[in-house]
Amino acid sequence: MSVWSRISNAIRGERLNREIDEELQSHIEEAVAAGRDPREANRAFGSVMRARETSHSIRTAKWLESLVSDTRFGWRQLWRNKVASAAAVLSLALGIGSCVAAFRLIDALLWRPLPIANASQLYVLSRKMIGLNGRPIEDGYWATPNFKLMRDAVKDQADLIAISDADRTDITWSSDDSVERAHVSYVSGNMFPLFGLEPALGRTLYPADDGAFGAAPYAVLSWDYWNHRFGRDSQVLGKPVHIGDQVFQIIGVGPRTFTGTEKGTVTDIFLPLSMNRMATEDRADWHRTFVLLKPGVDAATALEPIRLHLSAVNHAFGSACSTCYRGETQASIARYLNQTLIFNHGGAGISDLQKEYRRLLGVLGLLVGLVLLIACVNVANMMTAQAAARAQEMALRISIGAGRRRLVQLILVQSALLALLASGLGSGFAAWSAPFVLGLVNPPDNPARLDLPADWRVLLFGLGLTVLVVLLLGLLPALRASAVRPVAALKGGENPHSPRRLMRAAIAIQVAFCVLVLFLSLLFVTSFERLQNRPLGFSTDRLLLLETVAGKGQLPIVWSQTAEALRAAPGVESVAMSGWPILGRIRINSDISINGAPPSPTAAFFLNVSPGWLSTMKIPLLSGRDFRQEDTSPGSAIVNETFAKTYFPGQDPIGRTFQRGTNQPINKIVGVTPDVPDHDLREQNGPVFYVPINTVDDKSAPDPVEFATFVVHTEARNPLALADSLRQLIAQRHNGLRVSNVTTELDLVRDQTVRERMIATLAGFFAVVALLLAGVGLYAVLNYSVLQRRREIGIRMAIGSSRVGIVRIVTGDAFLMIALGGCAGLALGFSAARYVTSLFYQVKATDADMIALPTCAILLAALVATLPAVLRALRTDPTEILRAE
Amino acid sequence: MAKTDALQGSLDLLVLKILSRRPRLHGYAIMAAIASTSGEVLRAEEGSLYPALYRMEEAGWIRAEWVKKDTGRRARIYELTAEGKKQLGTEESRWESVSLAINRVLREA
Repeated sequence: MSVWSRISNAIRGERLNREIDEELQSHIEEAVAAGRDPREANRAFGSVMRARETSHSIRTAKWLESLVSDTRFGWRQLWRNKVASAAAVLSLALGIGSCVAAFRLIDALLWRPLPIANASQLYVLSRKMIGLNGRPIEDGYWATPNFKLMRDAVKDQADLIAISDADRTDITWSSDDSVERAHVSYVSGNMFPLFGLEPALGRTLYPADDGAFGAAPYAVLSWDYWNHRFGRDSQVLGKPVHIGDQVFQIIGVGPRTFTGTEKGTVTDIFLPLSMNRMATEDRADWHRTFVLLKPGVDAATALEPIRLHLSAVNHAFGSACSTCYRGETQASIARYLNQTLIFNHGGAGISDLQKEYRRLLGVLGLLVGLVLLIACVNVANMMTAQAAARAQEMALRISIGAGRRRLVQLILVQSALLALLASGLGSGFAAWSAPFVLGLVNPPDNPARLDLPADWRVLLFGLGLTVLVVLLLGLLPALRASAVRPVAALKGGENPHSPRRLMRAAIAIQVAFCVLVLFLSLLFVTSFERLQNRPLGFSTDRLLLLETVAGKGQLPIVWSQTAEALRAAPGVESVAMSGWPILGRIRINSDISINGAPPSPTAAFFLNVSPGWLSTMKIPLLSGRDFRQEDTSPGSAIVNETFAKTYFPGQDPIGRTFQRGTNQPINKIVGVTPDVPDHDLREQNGPVFYVPINTVDDKSAPDPVEFATFVVHTEARNPLALADSLRQLIAQRHNGLRVSNVTTELDLVRDQTVRERMIATLAGFFAVVALLLAGVGLYAVLNYSVLQRRREIGIRMAIGSSRVGIVRIVTGDAFLMIALGGCAGLALGFSAARYVTSLFYQVKATDADMIALPTCAILLAALVATLPAVLRALRTDPTEILRAE
Repeated sequence: MAKTDALQGSLDLLVLKILSRRPRLHGYAIMAAIASTSGEVLRAEEGSLYPALYRMEEAGWIRAEWVKKDTGRRARIYELTAEGKKQLGTEESRWESVSLAINRVLREA
């Protein structure tokens, strides 16, 4: 209570004085009433001021009172330089806010432990080996039979948990025709109990659900999905859900916090591992394997024996698979089986998003950190200048007995005020910008979803950052101010060069950081530009894509009749079909065997297309013809140029044949098309062949088609306008065909550049901010230096120094510093760029224009920033200056 | 003056004792009580009484409260806390031993 009352008294100093006065007044009144002489009663107190002073100091906390008065003084200082202070607070807020936002993203995606028990004991198992194609690969996916053997082998020290990626899957909640998509993950039955996850409703999956294929048709919903799809309706238990040709029964809802182990994706439905057909196949590597050490097992000593044990089991499993490596040489099989198992920490989950965005977020963190540093240097400069202007005041304070500690406190309090104001503003900025940036990772088909809580981790980071900023801002000016020698300062000036020396170093640092930001940003922006402007070779204009499924499959005739019906719909120009859209997610390769020889080392990718698909996509034919209605697969094929060059070098491919593996039916090439990027814009074009969508079995009977995509060229500018009516048109035919997803070719192309667009947008933004801040900083320093050297400039002018000479004096140092800083920045840029080359597309850090542009930008900014100072110097009136002296 | 000097160090004891006998007094009343009960021998000066009161309040021995007087003005009145009662005990026994010691010295001389 006592400390508290002192603290509150320190803050309410005026009120305390009033209370003391009131009590003393009341005392005097009593005395007078008791018959004392009023004058004598008054005198008894001695000096009222002194009585009050003694009483006051007893009732307040001295240190706090000085802090309060310093805060008031600091505030008045900031208030006096309103514009400068506002600029300082804004730039710091932008820096701090961006840093906190970047931290929130990085922490949420990469560092934050999953909301499970024992997250620190969890590891992810992956393996490194030389692939059958001779290239080193790292693989994190495992076959279920292998997983079961490994699980049993180490069951005394660790539990193995199988979890598949949460794929967007077509599901139906009833037998009507509406298909939805949900993220479905297959998990081993031990996952929920081992992770300590309690159901919010019903039950979770148990190890008993790991039975034979088809024995446990149960589904557990995630809390998030239960919430947004069913509004937390408890009637959901027992509801059937159709996935593929299976029917699952909802048996429970998972805990509220758990959204799966794949950061960036929220799992909607958990199914037992045993319910996936692939779980029985030796060759299907399809799920991840987590290793959870048993309680009490020490990771430092136990991991290596477990790893060796697992390696042995894995090797035995691989060697036993007789069907896995048909057609490979013994040597390459042995090389492939020589696999190194690796444990990675799995406590923070594992996902492709993490892999894809780890470096990008690192770069983002670097950029925002640099921007914050530039802002800090600016504000520190401002404070140094202000402190230098106050050197006389400081000297006076010291000579009348102010402690140097108190002076340091005065300046630190002022920088803390700036930093706190900026943090307040910055946290608002961070609250808005982190979800905004996450929203940029938004392929419309599959937007990233990440929990971005603002909890103690974020708070701690923000506080740490604020303290760091206070120290960066205040420490130097504070130490300088406290080192003031009163005699020198009061005599009319200490060495006037010392603050400027500090500020010159600041220029160099700022320019270095700024050039680094500009350089990296330019690399990213150029990458994005080049990627976006890569010639496609097909038209994305007015192309609607209806991804359609047909349960267990429908005959090709049903599909082509549906295409015919779509063609007759109003607003449709042409309709074609392909197995899947190009530049979508799907891509399947195939062995190529020429004249019955063993498959060639390079595989080719293929796509089933209908007649007219090439013309709908506006892909021209270089030679030969398009497919006809009677063409089937196997039978005829159209190939791209790279295919022709790879397998038939120097020959006319038309009329030649190939097989998709040894002893497979023959395909005759009927046409050749130019290369088009079919899967990934960043990749070189590979060999691709097209086969008719009408496939036949070995008795020439047509095969049912399970899924295909209708490619609709619309008359209207916006193809999505037709989406609903065409979807209904297909549903009304009741022929088993159902549209599972609608998109446009343009969106697919845009999706390809999501990551590049995001980093280019952000990097561009921060480059502008950095340049602006560095320009402002340079302007302020030069302006200050001209003001400081007014006397010198005046004298030089009076004794006949030329204008050029004056300009050189004013700007010479600065440009030297800019050159130094620029070189340092470029050097830093080269080493930083090496770390992120994987994010570039057809850009090299050593390209001449990549170096020239940031240099020009910083020089231009420097010219603009120095102009006002130079003009001010040239306008100096020597007579006025000398008279003032 | 000699009178005040004699009070040095024992002012706390006097205030605590007065407040233990008659709770809820204001500053002037405490001063008057010290004077009257000591037969006008001891006098607490205003200049030292109030700092002492504030100090003891901060120490938690006494607590203060504003009350309205008949004249309409406010007065700050003081009373003993539980901790103050304990402190009074210590101060009293300390005073006893000190005065005992002084008497012994005087007798020896």
